Amino acid sequence: MSMISAPAGKVSAGRARHHVSDTELTRSDKVLRGIAALAAIIPTGLLAFIAVIMIVAALPSIIFSGFSFFTGSVFNFGNLYATTTITHNGITAPPHAVYGALPLIIGTLTTSLIALVIAVPISVGGVLMLNEIIPRRIADPLSVFLELLAGIPSVVFGLWGVAVFGPFIAAHVYPAVSALGHIIPFFKGPVGVGQGLLTASLVLAVMIIPIVASTTRELLRRVPILAKEGALALGMTRYETVRVVTIPYIRTGIVAASLLGWARALGETIAVLLIIGDIYSVPTNVFGNTSTISAWIASTLDGALNDVTGSGVHALAELGLLLLAISLITNLAGRLVVRRVAGGVLPVGRGV
Amino acid sequence: MSRPRQSHVRAGIFWGLCGIALFLIIAPAIDIIVSILAHALPVLKPSLLTQTTAGNQLGLQNAILGTLFLSLGVLVVAGTIGVLAGLYLAEFAPPRFASIARFFSEVLAGVPSIVVGYVGYVALVNALGWHYSYIAGVLALSTLILPYIVKTTELAFSSVPRTLREGAIALGMSRAKTIRKVLLPPALPGIVSGLVLALAISTGETAPLIFTANFSDANPAGLFKPVGYLTGVTYQDIQLPGTATQALAYAAAGVTVLLVLLLIFAGRRITLRSRRMVARMDV
Repeated sequence: MSMISAPAGKVSAGRARHHVSDTELTRSDKVLRGIAALAAIIPTGLLAFIAVIMIVAALPSIIFSGFSFFTGSVFNFGNLYATTTITHNGITAPPHAVYGALPLIIGTLTTSLIALVIAVPISVGGVLMLNEIIPRRIADPLSVFLELLAGIPSVVFGLWGVAVFGPFIAAHVYPAVSALGHIIPFFKGPVGVGQGLLTASLVLAVMIIPIVASTTRELLRRVPILAKEGALALGMTRYETVRVVTIPYIRTGIVAASLLGWARALGETIAVLLIIGDIYSVPTNVFGNTSTISAWIASTLDGALNDVTGSGVHALAELGLLLLAISLITNLAGRLVVRRVAGGVLPVGRGV
Repeated sequence: MSRPRQSHVRAGIFWGLCGIALFLIIAPAIDIIVSILAHALPVLKPSLLTQTTAGNQLGLQNAILGTLFLSLGVLVVAGTIGVLAGLYLAEFAPPRFASIARFFSEVLAGVPSIVVGYVGYVALVNALGWHYSYIAGVLALSTLILPYIVKTTELAFSSVPRTLREGAIALGMSRAKTIRKVLLPPALPGIVSGLVLALAISTGETAPLIFTANFSDANPAGLFKPVGYLTGVTYQDIQLPGTATQALAYAAAGVTVLLVLLLIFAGRRITLRSRRMVARMDV
C-alpha cells in the first residue's frame, strides 16, 4: 500500500501530508481537486490582475509627467471645463494640468513612519507582557482587544480621531510635545485642534498594532522552549531570559513584523482622510496639514472623473501604482523574513 | 550585592514599560468602542429602521439593508472561493505550490484597499460597463476578504488530528468522502469562525466601496444598481454641517460597531468551542 508508506519525516509539525498518486484518486476526487485548484489560483491571479490594471491605467500619466511626477510639488487637475486641451509627450490633458506628487509622498512616508515608531515598541512590549508575565487564564481574554482593534472599521477610527481623541490630545498632550520644539524644531508649532499630522500618525499607530502584535505573538510561539528552560535553569530571571534568549531569537522577525505594519499604515485611507483631510502641502511641523497618497485618491477621484481627456484619472492611477509598489515590496520583504523565522500560517491583512 | 539589585531595578523598569505598552493597546480599544457607542446610543431610535437616508428622512434602512446584502454577496463569492482554495492548500496541493499560493494570498491581503477600489472602478464600473453597482462592490470587497478566508480554512483543515485521516485511509475511503465525512465536521467550526471574522472586516470597509458600489439613498434595487451601506453614511455625513446629519453619522457608526462586535465575539466563541472539540479528538 503506497498510501501509508510515506516516511514519517514527510509529516511535519502536525500537518499530515499524504501523498496519494493520481491513480488512486476516484473520478469525484479529481473533480473536487480540479475545482479547488482553480479556486486556489484565484488570489494569485487577482494580485496579478490588480498589478496589470494599475500599470496600464498609470501608463499615460507616466509618459505625460515623466520624472517630474516625483519631484513636482503642484498637483493641478487643470481647467476641466476648458474647450481646448494641451498635449505633452503625445498625451492630451486639460490646460494647466500638472501632476507632481512630492508633498503626498512626503506626507505618506511621514505619517506612516511616525506611526511605526510608536506602534512597534507598544506591540512588542504588550505582547511580551501577555505571553511571559500574565497567566494564560487572564491573557487569553485580554487578547480579544487585539482582535477588536483589528476589527474596528477604519471609518470608526477616523470618527474617533476627529471627535474624541484629537481634541483630547490637542488639549492635554500636544502643548508638552510643542515644548520639545526647542530641541527638535519639527515639534514646534501651533498645536491646533488636533486634526493634523501627529493625530493621524497616532491613530494609524493604533490601527497597525494588531498586525505587528499578532505577528510578534507568532514569533514568540517559535522561540525554542529548551533554550528558555535552560536559561531559567541557570538561575536567570524572566527578564534576563527575555533579554538573552527571547529577544535575540525574534529580533529579525520584529523587523519583518514592522514592515508588515508599515505596509498597512501606508495603505490606510478613510481614517487618515477624515482626520487630516486633503490639504495638499508639505508639513512644516508635526501638527501641520498634509495629505497622503491614499487619502488624496479617495477624495479627488470623483472630481477627476469629469476630466474628458482622462489624464487626471491616469495621474491618480500612477499614485495608486506607486502606493501598490511600495506596499507590495514592504509586504513581500516582511513576509519572506517572517516565514523563515516563524513559518506556518501567518496573520494576514489587518492582523487576523 | 549591588549587581543583583541593579538587575532587579532594570527588570522592574522593563516589565513596567511592557505593562504600560499593554495598557496602550487595551485603552484605545475600550475608548473607541465606549465613546462611539456613547455618542450613538442617544440617537438610536426605531425610525432609523423605517426611513432611508433620502431627502429629509434621517433613517438608515437603505444602509442597513445594503450592508447586509453586501455581506451576503461577499459570503457567496469570497466564501465559496476561499473555502475551496483553503481546502486545496491543506489537502491536495503539492507543498511547493501550496507555499507559493499561500504567500501570494497573504500578499493580496496587503494591497491597499483604495487600490482595490480603483481597480474595481477601472475594470468593472468602467471597462465592463457595470456602472456603479452592487455587484462591483461585492467583487471589490470579496478581493479584500478572500485571503482571510483562505487562511482560516486552511488552518481549520490542517489542524484536524492526523489520527482521523489515518483512520479514513485505513478504511479505504476516497479522498472526497474522507473530506466530507471525516475532515469537514471537525474543521467546520474553524471555517465558520473564519467566515464570521471575514464578515466583520467586510462590514467595516469603506474605501473599496466608494468607487464601486458608490452609494444610494434608496434601498438595494438590483445587482447592477448602486447600493448604500453603513460606513458610507458615517463617511459622508460626518463631513456635512448640521447636528441632524452628524447624529446620523454617529448612529451609523454605532450600528456598525455593534455589528462588528457581535461578529467578533460570535467568531471567538466558535473558535474556542472548536479548539476544545479538536483537542478531545486527538489521541
